[in-house]
Amino acid sequence: MREMNAGSWQSVLGWTMATALAPGTRAPDFSLHATPDQLVSLGDFKGRPVILAFYPADWSPVCGDQMGLYNEILDEFRRFDAELLGVSVDGAWCHLAFAHDRKLHFPLLADFEPKGRVAQAYGVYRPQDGTSERALFVIDGGGIIRWSYVSPVGVNPGADGILRALEALESGGLHGGQ
Amino acid sequence: MAANDDARLTMKVSERDHAEGPADAPVTLVEYGDYECPHCGRAYPIVKRIQQLMGDRLRFVFRNFPLGEAHPHAQHAAEAAEAAAAQGKFWEMHDALYEHQRALDDAHLVSYARNVGLDEAPFVKDLQSHAYQRRVREDFMSGVRSGVNGTPTFFINGVRHDDAWDVNTLMDALEAAAESA
Repeated sequence: MREMNAGSWQSVLGWTMATALAPGTRAPDFSLHATPDQLVSLGDFKGRPVILAFYPADWSPVCGDQMGLYNEILDEFRRFDAELLGVSVDGAWCHLAFAHDRKLHFPLLADFEPKGRVAQAYGVYRPQDGTSERALFVIDGGGIIRWSYVSPVGVNPGADGILRALEALESGGLHGGQ
Repeated sequence: MAANDDARLTMKVSERDHAEGPADAPVTLVEYGDYECPHCGRAYPIVKRIQQLMGDRLRFVFRNFPLGEAHPHAQHAAEAAEAAAAQGKFWEMHDALYEHQRALDDAHLVSYARNVGLDEAPFVKDLQSHAYQRRVREDFMSGVRSGVNGTPTFFINGVRHDDAWDVNTLMDALEAAAESA
């Protein structure tokens, strides 16, 4: 298992995957509920990097799951003035309960109605499951995707890729079309 | 620039680490763990068993990865283990913490320190002043940069072990690493 990269996983399991939007692409704008009465839009963060972290579902049964891990390193993201947004197809009330239970200090967006529309726009919806991929996008202050990564859905991608992308962005090393 | 294809230890095992087993053992197993994480609690006797089975062919290294938001006592427990290390008793404290991982408030930390024979005054001083907070964070960030994505995460000879960590699976992976070492 540890020998396999994402590509070989997909071919072995015979999954047909949507293709995640590539670096250099303009990030599709969206407005999603972060709480039952608060909408968050990509445009709200103009001028700052945004980390968009799609994940399949709230209530993953492990300690230090993907959102829990990011929650521990928000300070590292803030050093780049970057905003982290988690996105899943769960509803805003579900997100509220999950964020409260896990003491998450960043917004979870509800890609709930129409279900998965934003995940589809980013090319990371899994119609066979009705959830999104575990997919990461780092978007620059001008709204261009500078890095994207789709993890095998059972594997938490961790945070090292995000941090490397933010570092490269800061040093001007990530240009469009890469 | 994939996140996973290259999940290797970015901070090499060195003198700063807490290690059991010979430095020239063919296999080094590094665990990033959290003293309050129940999964790490389950891994604790498994690692002990593996150490018995591998004997001198294994070096085991433990690094701190406290998920402080999920586990309110994890950070201080990690600092307590480091404070014990300053008195030469890291592993005694490490074991005490995992054997009592449901009782890790400060009063209990001090009682474990006493039980493993630490000098109480400097231990309490280190704990109160967060003397090892930075060291614990260094461990944590080295894990983040190496692709640690939850606890426990194991690395075998520097490569992240993404498989299960029951005794048999872990032994197979360690033996394979020993053969190719």
